[in-house]
Amino acid sequence: MCLAIPGKVIEINESKAAIEVGNVKREVFIQLVPDVKLGDYVLVHAGCAIQIVDEEEALKTLDILKELAEDEIC
Amino acid sequence: MKFVEEFRNEELAKSLVKRLQEFSRLNINIMEVCGTYTMSIFRYGIRDILPKNINLISGPGCPVCVTPQSYIDKALELASRKDVIITTFGDMMRVPGKKGSLLKKKADGADVRIVYSPMDAIKIAENNPNKKVIFLSVGFETTTPMTAITAIEAKKRNVNNLLFLTAHKIVPPAMEALVQDKELKLDGFLLPGHVSAIIGTKPYEFLSEKHNIPAVVTGFEPTDILQGINTLINMIYKKEHRRTNEYKRIVRTDGNAVAIEYLDKVFDVVDTRWRGIGLIPNSGYIFNKKFEEFDALNHFQMEYEEYDGSPGCKCGEILKGKITPLQCPLFKKACTPENPIGSCMVSSEGSCAAFYRYHSV
Repeated sequence: MCLAIPGKVIEINESKAAIEVGNVKREVFIQLVPDVKLGDYVLVHAGCAIQIVDEEEALKTLDILKELAEDEIC
Repeated sequence: MKFVEEFRNEELAKSLVKRLQEFSRLNINIMEVCGTYTMSIFRYGIRDILPKNINLISGPGCPVCVTPQSYIDKALELASRKDVIITTFGDMMRVPGKKGSLLKKKADGADVRIVYSPMDAIKIAENNPNKKVIFLSVGFETTTPMTAITAIEAKKRNVNNLLFLTAHKIVPPAMEALVQDKELKLDGFLLPGHVSAIIGTKPYEFLSEKHNIPAVVTGFEPTDILQGINTLINMIYKKEHRRTNEYKRIVRTDGNAVAIEYLDKVFDVVDTRWRGIGLIPNSGYIFNKKFEEFDALNHFQMEYEEYDGSPGCKCGEILKGKITPLQCPLFKKACTPENPIGSCMVSSEGSCAAFYRYHSV
């Protein structure tokens, strides 16, 4: 039930935003992420953006995973 | 999809699996408290690739599964009224009460509508001023802030025919109840990722500080889960009892402050009943004085009764991780997804539904 997916914010209109998930566009409420900007990715649950995806942290996590994989090869 | 595909990378997953296979000395019990983890773990075959000494236990991580049957029976009673429209998330439709389900009620003519968000219930209430519209508000901290926003919005718009039948749960107190259960020997927790997106990681401090149990919050893609288990097992081997956040792209230490503010504004924390576990102190939210006009129980002067499961169903022991669905005599016999007896078989995130779908016997 706590399933949530990341979508890209393509329009903002007061308490609502349009997001794109793959090729699908849908409307979500954004009261819980007042700092959201166009182009941000938000995590959407039950029609509501519950958090802004931190792109820098996502890249850092991927870097750590890649380093672990490279250590393995050496 | 961005932020999804990258975390499904095969090479990264292979390297993590190889690391995990090096840990084969200790018998380790890890509990995940999130139905979305349960499904991801089965879907990506993670149970099958772990060394046999690492035992993954699915805890009470599915809100539909932990909702007592007495709640469903109240929802069915309300659905029988001619002046009521029930609105609900789809997962509640097939949960069996003592006398049928909401799906059966709908087939018998009751007005039961599936909605995507509680905000949809406001529209339905505005379009049906002569009816009471009741939203079945079931969920963990991930879902409850949206109910708070909906109640505030309904007050602002003077919508006075919208009510909520609530069964909001707070996860950390349930985890503490499980840790104190001497029969369960838990070595570590995978913390619920999207509950943590709201509450942050501080509310789990008691695990390390009072009970010496390490915990990791992680994401839901295969490399996230493998890395989470890897970090957790490393801590267990080194006898470290920290909380670690491997899901920093979503989870901040303090969570989502705006969402927490909405929860505090609209709800009071109360003791509440969990299916199979019983009454847990400070583990639920109900509307506070300012918002109690939205409480369906208050409005219809009803009370939940003190029972929580279906006869013969082992959901309680399964939710506590004491047995797996395979050990329940009803599993795959009397209880199937088409004819569920307990809520763990109904919700797609329930342990029984996951075992039924993915585990070959």
